[in-house]
Amino acid sequence: MLDLTYELPKPKVISGAKHDWELVIGMEVHAQVSSNSKLFSGASTKFGAEPNSNVAFVDAAMPGMLPVINEYCIEQAVRTGLGLKADINLNSAFDRKNYFYPDLPQGYQISQLYHPIVGEGEVLVELGDGTARNVRVERIHMEQDAGKSIHDMDPNMSFVDLNRTGVCLMEIVSQPDIRGPEEAAAYIVKLRQIMQYLGTCDGNMQNGNLRADVNVSICLPGQYEKYQATQDFGHLGTRCEIKNMNSMRFIQQAIEVEARRQIAIVEGGGKVDQETRLYDPDKGETRSMRSKEEAHDYRYFPDPDLLPLEIEQAWVDDIAANLPELPDAKKARFVADFGLSDYDASVLTAEVDAAAYFEATAKGRNGKLAANWVINELFGRLKQEDHDITSSPVTPEQLGGIIDLISADTISGKIAKDLFEIVYTEGGDPAEIVEARGMKQVTDTGAIEAALDEIIAANPAQVEKAKVNPKLAGWFVGQVMKATGGKANPKAVNQLVAQKLGE
Amino acid sequence: MSDLNKLGLAEARDLLRKGETTSVELTNDCLKAIDAADALNAFVHKTPELALERAKAADARIQEGDAPAMCGLPIGIKDLFCTKGVDSQAASRILEGFKPEYESTVSQQLADAGAVMLGKLNMDEFAMGSSNETSVYGNAVSPWRRDGSDAELTPGGSSGGSASAVAADLCLAATGTDTGGSIRQPAAFTGTVGIKPTYGRCSRWGVVAFASSLDQAGPMTKSVRDASIMLEAMCGHDAKDSTSAELAVPNFEAMLTGDIKGKKIGIPKEYRMDGTPAEIEALWADGAAMLKDAGAEIVDISLPHTKYALPAYYVIAPAEASSNLARYDGVRYGHRATLEAGDGITEMYEKTRAQGFGPEVQRRVMIGTYVLSAGFYDAYYNRARRVRTLIKKDFEDVFAAGIDAILTPATPSAAFGLGEMTEADPVQMYLNDVFTVTVNLAGLPGISVPAGVDKQGLPLGLQLIGKPWEEGDLLNTAYALENAAGFVAKPGQWW
Repeated sequence: MLDLTYELPKPKVISGAKHDWELVIGMEVHAQVSSNSKLFSGASTKFGAEPNSNVAFVDAAMPGMLPVINEYCIEQAVRTGLGLKADINLNSAFDRKNYFYPDLPQGYQISQLYHPIVGEGEVLVELGDGTARNVRVERIHMEQDAGKSIHDMDPNMSFVDLNRTGVCLMEIVSQPDIRGPEEAAAYIVKLRQIMQYLGTCDGNMQNGNLRADVNVSICLPGQYEKYQATQDFGHLGTRCEIKNMNSMRFIQQAIEVEARRQIAIVEGGGKVDQETRLYDPDKGETRSMRSKEEAHDYRYFPDPDLLPLEIEQAWVDDIAANLPELPDAKKARFVADFGLSDYDASVLTAEVDAAAYFEATAKGRNGKLAANWVINELFGRLKQEDHDITSSPVTPEQLGGIIDLISADTISGKIAKDLFEIVYTEGGDPAEIVEARGMKQVTDTGAIEAALDEIIAANPAQVEKAKVNPKLAGWFVGQVMKATGGKANPKAVNQLVAQKLGE
Repeated sequence: MSDLNKLGLAEARDLLRKGETTSVELTNDCLKAIDAADALNAFVHKTPELALERAKAADARIQEGDAPAMCGLPIGIKDLFCTKGVDSQAASRILEGFKPEYESTVSQQLADAGAVMLGKLNMDEFAMGSSNETSVYGNAVSPWRRDGSDAELTPGGSSGGSASAVAADLCLAATGTDTGGSIRQPAAFTGTVGIKPTYGRCSRWGVVAFASSLDQAGPMTKSVRDASIMLEAMCGHDAKDSTSAELAVPNFEAMLTGDIKGKKIGIPKEYRMDGTPAEIEALWADGAAMLKDAGAEIVDISLPHTKYALPAYYVIAPAEASSNLARYDGVRYGHRATLEAGDGITEMYEKTRAQGFGPEVQRRVMIGTYVLSAGFYDAYYNRARRVRTLIKKDFEDVFAAGIDAILTPATPSAAFGLGEMTEADPVQMYLNDVFTVTVNLAGLPGISVPAGVDKQGLPLGLQLIGKPWEEGDLLNTAYALENAAGFVAKPGQWW
């Protein structure tokens, strides 16, 4: 694979009353595994079902019920780990995290504290301005999601929906390598992109299938570099964890707001308490979730209902051998093979389906031209109607056909746009449409010349001006195009205009 | 025929096959005996209609010549097993009124083998106790009494109702569960046979969990042969229990030859404890002599970490229990406290659990919560786990050295009187498990066989501990001991 090289982005700096401050951010991303059934039960994971309809006995923690691991979920965690170039632990184990809450029927969440299935990996986070940073991933572990408590349906009662209870989450824990709100958002975008490529998580943040806890601390410039050199957290400030955010915009806002809160505390001579906070987007503030007296002691211990999870290297190798091409590799290949700009390659590889569409379109054709058509015409048109690429009415074959007609000078770029609209709305084979509707461009120089001569004859004043100022030649080109209904080959028209005016 | 309830499984099975009786007759005799035995408080949920329905179905199968191993044999089921549509409340107030919509694997397998469930049996609350005195139903009573005394005795615990019912011939056999001795101690106290198989032999699915890494179901019967028949029906791999072993189940009954010539029986010196009554010591020596007479070689062995077993057990079991019992929160099923205005979720948990759990369960939940809490985890739970590994290794070492089975007393005393321990330090009660917990910690099979009576006429049991997965061999050794001991005493019927 080709590696693209990047400059490091500058850390976000916030000026306090006394100092400049830098931000240090680590993230715990909870990604729901795309599986049909839950981590330890056969109940469906389908979103939007009637409350409490996707609940197996074990999900409701009925007496005597036991968890049985869903192998598919293990495979997805391993795939995700491999996609993040991470170490896969052949031996991992499940632990119980004990706490009481009505949407946690067992009274504990089955998780992997001591021996996660995936170890250290990394994510290349691009900022889109030619800078990028490798964010280290500390670990990925599997765990059960909790259910949903609903407090606003009745003034005196709370309700619980267990549909989500026991759904498999991957918790992807980063090192504190993220240096600003934009980087935090870009990190999530990249993680989501990789998981979508792998098919391990659909990345739907609106449905809560991708959520993040964000750890934020502040430090004086230079301190972070000391941390990097020593890995000693003592060089960094005390962090606060902002819980459970599922909006890219709120994540960025929350980081900034929290950093400013911490700066005000420290500059005022106070100390930041390590605590869990919630972001309130309406008030634009973070607030403490619980007091110290209520601090949880989760009493983690190995879940005795489950044997240690042992997987075989050969199985991991097999999964690795069948991984799809991942975003970084695809982007580098698009740049190398199709001559695309970094930006175009990024846009085209953002979604795996779009990348596949582009490749099918560009195959055996001019890559840059294909990229322009996919990005500018197709994406633009799809966006107008809120379609995504998988529901595009224009197939890669059809778009390729249009591009072929352009490349062969059969139609002009302008006509091509009309043709695209016809194909988009009516369908059909582009070449046949061009033939049937007489959209072919006029390459017969005799016909073009006749039209041009007529225009020159009718506009002597313009001819004189154009001879002094060659830029005005464009006016004649436009008139010829108009006279030929846009079908004249622009190249031929340009040549003839230049020739005639130069005479 | 009358008093068919006094039969064992094997005898009744043979009569049924010969057509000399019917399951309905057997079942009716048991139901009559049960109704006459309310003083024993053994059956706490009776299911006579269901029993007769199943008995009729069993008779039909026998007539058709399609009789599985336990076809038509009436048994009792410990209340810890979830039984579909039948109250299953682990003898706890917190599961008041709980009728599961599912059947535990073990009780389902027994039903599939044709067994007829008579009802649910008393036990200590959540199987926590050694005297059946922690039950929400009140204690079960042993059918045994000391000679010349009418003091009520414990049938042991936690499977006290099972032991009492089998000893009093209310049923032909019963299921029990054993986390630290809860099958073997009550069996020893009531002159019955109880085997805890290797951890992983019986599915735990549908059995209310006490301590998941220790819990095992097993049969409580009137003879070793009956234990073989019933164990075979109960065990086997279950995909619904991740800790269930994927191993074939042998025909245990076919392995009862009584021939133990050349078998090496270990006598662990660490089980000779201060304060053990002389009668127990004597019984143990007699047992060794009987096995020797039957051709076995008696070998002195050492299990050096034995003394740490009880403390380790009383860390691990409560730790797991504190987590396993967290689900009883009043939210979805079972008891929920009546709340007052202004009460929130915390009050709901606190009141529900304070009302729903008895003192012993509360004690163990608190111990378990404490040993798992931050700052104590390593000192207690992790240390206990290390001790457990050492105890397991003790056994592995002696088995590797050629020992086939280990003979120990089953209990440090004969059955004690109900209420006698009420005022005592809870540790006194925990000491009942001193000979049995090692077996659970090591995951081994252990069986209690009645081997004699004490001078007050109360039964005493000996425990044999076997190699993992070799229940067949263990049952055969127990069979030889049973034959040699010739225990025939029965409690006089006072109830």
